[in-house]
Amino acid sequence: MRILICIKRVPAPGAKIPLSDDGQEIDTTYLGFTTSPHEECAVEEAVRIVEKVGGETTVLTLGPPAAEEQLRYAVSVRANKAAHVVTDTTDWGPERTASALTQAIRSMEAKEGPFDMVFFGNESADSAGYQVGIRVATAMGRPIVNGIKEIEVGEGSVTARRQVDGGFEEYELNLPLMLGIKEGINLPRYPTMKGRLASRKLAVTPFETTAKCGGLSKIELFQPKEQTSNTVVLGHGPEAAAKVVDVLVDLGVM
Amino acid sequence: MNEVPSRANVVVIGAGIVGNCLVGHLARLGWRDMVLIDKGPLPNPGGSTGHASNFIFPTDHNKEMAVLTLESQRQYEEMGVNTTCGGIEVARTEARMEELRRRMTSAKAWGIEAKLLSPREVKEEVPFINEDIILGGFYTPSVSVVDSLRAGTIMREQAQEKEVLEVFANTEVLDLEVEPSPFKRPRIKAVVTDRGRIEADVVVIACGVWSPRIATMAGATIPLTPAVHQMADVGPIEILQKTGNEIAYPIVRDMDTFMYERQSAGSMEVGSYAHRPIFHRPDEIPSNAESALSPTELPLTQQDFDPQLEDALDLMGDILETAEIRYAINGLLSLTPDAMPVLGETVEIANLWSAAAVWIKEGPAIAQMVAEWMTYGYPHVCDPHGSDIARLYPHERTEHHIRARCGEHFNKTYGIVHPREQWATERGMNRSPFYPRQEALKAEFYDARGWERPQWYGVNKDLVVCYELETRPHEWDNRWWSSIISAEHLHMRDKVGMVDLSAFQIFDVQGPGVVDYIEKMTVNKCDRPVGSSIYTPVLTEGGGFRSDLTVLRLGDFHYRIVTGAFDGGRDEYWFRKNLPEDGSVQFSNMTSAICTLGVWGPNAQAMVSKLTDVDLSQQHFRYGKVKDVLIAGIPTTMFRVSYVGESGWEIYTSMQHGLQRWDALWEAGQQFDVRPVGMGVYGTTGRMEKGYLLMGAELESEYTPVEAGLARKGVKKADFIGKEAYLKARDEQPVAKICALTMDDHTDGTGVKRFPCGGNEPILTLDGDRIVDGKGRVSRVTSAGIGPSLGKFILFSYLPPKYAVAGTKLKVMYMNALFSVTVAGSTTLFDPENQRMKS
Repeated sequence: MRILICIKRVPAPGAKIPLSDDGQEIDTTYLGFTTSPHEECAVEEAVRIVEKVGGETTVLTLGPPAAEEQLRYAVSVRANKAAHVVTDTTDWGPERTASALTQAIRSMEAKEGPFDMVFFGNESADSAGYQVGIRVATAMGRPIVNGIKEIEVGEGSVTARRQVDGGFEEYELNLPLMLGIKEGINLPRYPTMKGRLASRKLAVTPFETTAKCGGLSKIELFQPKEQTSNTVVLGHGPEAAAKVVDVLVDLGVM
Repeated sequence: MNEVPSRANVVVIGAGIVGNCLVGHLARLGWRDMVLIDKGPLPNPGGSTGHASNFIFPTDHNKEMAVLTLESQRQYEEMGVNTTCGGIEVARTEARMEELRRRMTSAKAWGIEAKLLSPREVKEEVPFINEDIILGGFYTPSVSVVDSLRAGTIMREQAQEKEVLEVFANTEVLDLEVEPSPFKRPRIKAVVTDRGRIEADVVVIACGVWSPRIATMAGATIPLTPAVHQMADVGPIEILQKTGNEIAYPIVRDMDTFMYERQSAGSMEVGSYAHRPIFHRPDEIPSNAESALSPTELPLTQQDFDPQLEDALDLMGDILETAEIRYAINGLLSLTPDAMPVLGETVEIANLWSAAAVWIKEGPAIAQMVAEWMTYGYPHVCDPHGSDIARLYPHERTEHHIRARCGEHFNKTYGIVHPREQWATERGMNRSPFYPRQEALKAEFYDARGWERPQWYGVNKDLVVCYELETRPHEWDNRWWSSIISAEHLHMRDKVGMVDLSAFQIFDVQGPGVVDYIEKMTVNKCDRPVGSSIYTPVLTEGGGFRSDLTVLRLGDFHYRIVTGAFDGGRDEYWFRKNLPEDGSVQFSNMTSAICTLGVWGPNAQAMVSKLTDVDLSQQHFRYGKVKDVLIAGIPTTMFRVSYVGESGWEIYTSMQHGLQRWDALWEAGQQFDVRPVGMGVYGTTGRMEKGYLLMGAELESEYTPVEAGLARKGVKKADFIGKEAYLKARDEQPVAKICALTMDDHTDGTGVKRFPCGGNEPILTLDGDRIVDGKGRVSRVTSAGIGPSLGKFILFSYLPPKYAVAGTKLKVMYMNALFSVTVAGSTTLFDPENQRMKS
């Protein structure tokens, strides 16, 4: 089984996301970077499948040179190979990203044969466009289902399930196929110290792209208005009980 | 939001280990109406305390840190948050083994149980260690892990229970208001927060990495930088899980790779001081809301940590290889340019205090120290000169300097640092006018808080042959030392030498109130005729040494204060702080305006006389007197005195005349074979032969003039700071006296001659027991050096009276070996009648 996982380098912010002064970027001076959580689960799922049925996993990212950190992380949790479409910034917009990834996948497949499965995250953690996987699958004429939380690998086909209100939708797909994986499908492992050190020796295959801009363009990022709430201390200990009752009565719950 | 009170006696900013313990200690000392604020939530507001490794290795070569660490560990134990697990510092190199032997010596000095282990014995304690790559270990059974967040909570709640403290979490300081004063420093007035304004008599900044930012609001400086310490939590590890304990195995410090491995329940915490220095700016640290973890737990920069992972795998591969990296951070902590805390009142703003750059291991005792300092005017727990914020000169408070020095010492956190080790960065800051001549004379420059001072001169190498001097056989003893020092010493005693003293810190005080002022500040009577000099202790209210210095009376209303380069900052702070409120005394720091040259030796008088018409004989220019003299047409102030026991002068002149005066004296001295003489003679060999004591070595606030042998027969009528305690000390039998000891034999068990460096080596009984005086102070070497004219190696130490008897045989421990020493009759071993200085 040959599985490709497409991952994206995204900032790992706290509760409040700092923005650059011009509102064009997240200010990442003090932020770390991570892989989108859906994709982290996709890597884990691919690794588990290969551990079970044999084969090889490759991770592919599109992003600036620093995105190599995410490729190495994936290898430190047992992905086998890595490829990198090197760009100037992290976020190219879904149309251009999909076009570049399609080019890269075609080029990889031309050399080493087709991937049985290509995994995407359901959506990226930063821009959340929900489009890249569908665009790549459409361009390559392969089936894709998003929101996948369970995968069963059969002979020449795969059963994939996604969660809906009150149950699961079940899909049967023939290989080759593509899936949008959703967080919760598994609990990703942490890298071991040995895995981390091994990942340092990884050779990353670079790709150049001719993909053109198009589709969406970003106008501005802004902070949502802060929800301020004043905390009123009603009192301490048993003396506060009467006031608590008043509040509950006001709320109509008593 | 709750409003803060409009007034308080003291506002403590920062609720980490220091701020919390500080309010606890202040409450015990009777302070009331206190407010503690922090911009983060409690109990973990997001500062360095929250991610600290929380372990304590008590042994430290530095006395101040050793005392503070041991006392902190005791307080953690008293609070029930101290878990003893033991700790082993392992050596991968022979040089480290020697360092571990040195640590054995310091452990002995501070009364800490410790032993050296073979690799096999280390393995018995830590079964998962790779004993093949280590040479041995230094085992301290009392190493412990503490719960610093809990300790802070306990101390804070103690103050709250006494109803003397209000606590405001999630409260940000917006500004500090100060009030100007016409003749003194501005004074702190109020703290402005996002919950309102608090007027306060005293404000303490205990904000760790944010301290410089808060201090700046008042126009004060707290010189530290936030710096990264990388650590990772890796697990699960079966052998650790099986213990069922937070910590069951000894903590391992892998000293040669600058790393540690500490069990944390079922996983191992791996920390490093080996990566490149990574600094941040206090203003740029993200807020609590913006942080993924906390403001001081920044994302790990993995590539910096990777080499350390390899080192850790070498040492503990069996358990670490498959362990998962579950939590890894670039943790922020505070570093200062000399790696000591910054404590005490800020020099710029009255009643604004700093309690910063403090680590968990010393937090509670430092809080106690600052609380005592605020309460009594000086700390009781120990002398604070190493961590007093006033020690740092203006150039040492710049980001430029802080980053350079911290960049240099960060990787020495677990390094082997020689007691005489010199800084490599930020050199050449302060140079005397003689510098070009000294360079030509092949001076070996040492740094004295910015000042470049020749320690010895390469051109004097020929004297080593003349005097048939030997080098020291052990590299460590020989490091940062030269036999040229002894050669210069002997030459000066035979002929004449010139010593650059331009690093002297010189303060002029003048005005109608100056006599009362100077008398208030000093122990010995300064109201003496114009032209007099007064060597005098300066005391704390408790009667211990705050300083020792020389006062020259230059006019009826004009005194000059001369003190050392290492003490200038603290002394300037103290003299400025105590200026009268009415403006009747003006203080000027003249250090940059005046350069000083010492000329000493039997030929000094003949040499200087060639350049002046003034009669320089003892008859006309007596010892201790000060005169204005023209030397080769240059106006100078000559002061007949000596710290090296020879006839001669300190000659002061304006900086711009300095080089001309050097050249004139140099030329005049040629027929007398004048030689340049370095600080090795001035500060060690000459000084120690004469029994002169040094501030920060023998002289500390823990000791009195009576114990230091510096109490005069009478006591002046005028009142002075510390007088009451001084009178009391004079009435009591001292429980310790400063003594000179000489080494009987230098040869250690391996047949190598050793020469102690003067780094707190313990003085022991013949049975090898520590000697502790009636006040709990340990007898240790405060200074050590060769007395070339005596042919003996001299040690200074305070000893209880029963040992302070001439001829008493004792031992000194050095590098874990014992050497025989004998107590001398007096500290002045050379020319005890001072005939040479007065001839």
